[in-house]
Amino acid sequence: MATESEVTHIAELADVGIDREELGIFTHQFNAILEYFDVLDRVSGDTAAMSDLCNVMREDEVEPSLPQEEVLRNAAATEDGFIKAPRVM
Amino acid sequence: MGDNEICFETDDRYNAFLTTCKKAPHGPGALAGIGVAVKDNISTKGIETTCASKILKGYIPPYDAHVVELLRNSGAAIVGKTNMDEFGMGTTTENSAFGPTLNPCDTGRVPGGSSGGSAAAVAGGMVRMALGTDTGGSIRCPAAFCGIVGLKPTYGRVSRYGLVAYANSLEQIGPMGRTVSDVSDLMQVIAGYDRRDSTSYDRPYTHIPCADINGLRIGIPRQYFGGGVDPEVAAVVTRAIGRLEGLGATTVSCSIPSMEYALAAYYVICTSEASSNLARFDGVRYGPAADSKKPWHEAYQEVRRANFGTEVRRRIMLGTFALSSGYYGKYYAKAQVARMNVKQDFARIFADVDVIAGPTMPTIAFKLGEKSDPLSMYLSDILTVPVNLAGIPAISVPCGKVNGMPVGLQVMGRPWEDERVIDVAFAYEQECV
Repeated sequence: MATESEVTHIAELADVGIDREELGIFTHQFNAILEYFDVLDRVSGDTAAMSDLCNVMREDEVEPSLPQEEVLRNAAATEDGFIKAPRVM
Repeated sequence: MGDNEICFETDDRYNAFLTTCKKAPHGPGALAGIGVAVKDNISTKGIETTCASKILKGYIPPYDAHVVELLRNSGAAIVGKTNMDEFGMGTTTENSAFGPTLNPCDTGRVPGGSSGGSAAAVAGGMVRMALGTDTGGSIRCPAAFCGIVGLKPTYGRVSRYGLVAYANSLEQIGPMGRTVSDVSDLMQVIAGYDRRDSTSYDRPYTHIPCADINGLRIGIPRQYFGGGVDPEVAAVVTRAIGRLEGLGATTVSCSIPSMEYALAAYYVICTSEASSNLARFDGVRYGPAADSKKPWHEAYQEVRRANFGTEVRRRIMLGTFALSSGYYGKYYAKAQVARMNVKQDFARIFADVDVIAGPTMPTIAFKLGEKSDPLSMYLSDILTVPVNLAGIPAISVPCGKVNGMPVGLQVMGRPWEDERVIDVAFAYEQECV
């Protein structure tokens, strides 16, 4: 069972935000889903066997890419050819 | 109107489209001049692509998805972008930020999802064919609910380059149309190797549908006809399989024991992948702006809280939880073992039969607003998600009606045998429609 404070913590970790009014219903629905997930306890074994797939590698070569102005076109805020982001520190 | 464009006008009474291209250019080729609708999570250069989310409102991709390049090269005219559940998260198309799509067979019901706009555009006669995407049934469910044909190809057969990712390890782009031949023709255009998708496989599709299924062995899993499946739907599908027997096929009873936990495994895996994939939507490179004067997390949470729908936030949170330390072993690791078990169950059955058949969906299309509880919506995906976990091909073809609403026959095949599921669906269609 996840408590309201755990659900709030998850919302913060996931950066999706949660409002006071929706916390009750979110927690209730979250727990109903987690309870359903408990059926996975019946699966034996802790790690999946290696599959027969293999990695696809390629040379790390410079190739033509999109022009700068096209890359910046969808950004909300730009400055001197860079994308402007909120401050981290 | 020029020689090389078609004029696309629609009243869009079913809210199938998010964007329409009134003048759609086209070239010569196999699909010359045929209007094709494209689901709105597939990138189209110069045409707004929103994934039915407010967080991508106004986003104009600077490049085409691989499948869109192939469509343009085939001469097809891209006439619009279709409505969907936001980022593909839903089974009804009610989770669109831009309003639900209505089912052309009964406008009081949902078209299914998440490719509901593509299905409604085809079923409503607005386009002959459309592209959808299928992560846990999102092509087959709306095909079944709207009475059209939809193919979820073998994982790796169609490039995902330019598909806005929701759950990479599960999803494939696939064709939808009114007939099996149309679906096959569209598959021929979109399948093929693309180095920009590292899971792409070099298996072009050049098949012409063939209705001869004499000697075919069909597995009938008991889980597809048991509890939770509407008996009337099961009866219609059983009759349809009887028609295939009349064409020379034989049926074999079988069992997929891993279905006990397949749905839970699917939701753990898809939400985990979603929590990672959707981290890119931060209001910085595209979409509504994050307040760049605020601290990072505060700005980020504000823009995501305001612009993601409830179901998207729920799935991001579930995935974050399933991957968090202390819970990883209980959820994500177990789900991966469960996924391997599903794959092995299919491999065991396919050693003895050529295809597996059952209903696509456990019920007919829901009434609008009927599935308000998230868990009850998830449970309706039980018959479609095993295919995505195993990466195998599956098709839904209309096979009758219950209460006037279409029912889909689902045919599942061995990996890379998309041709065979097409043939079985074609044989049924030629015999019965």
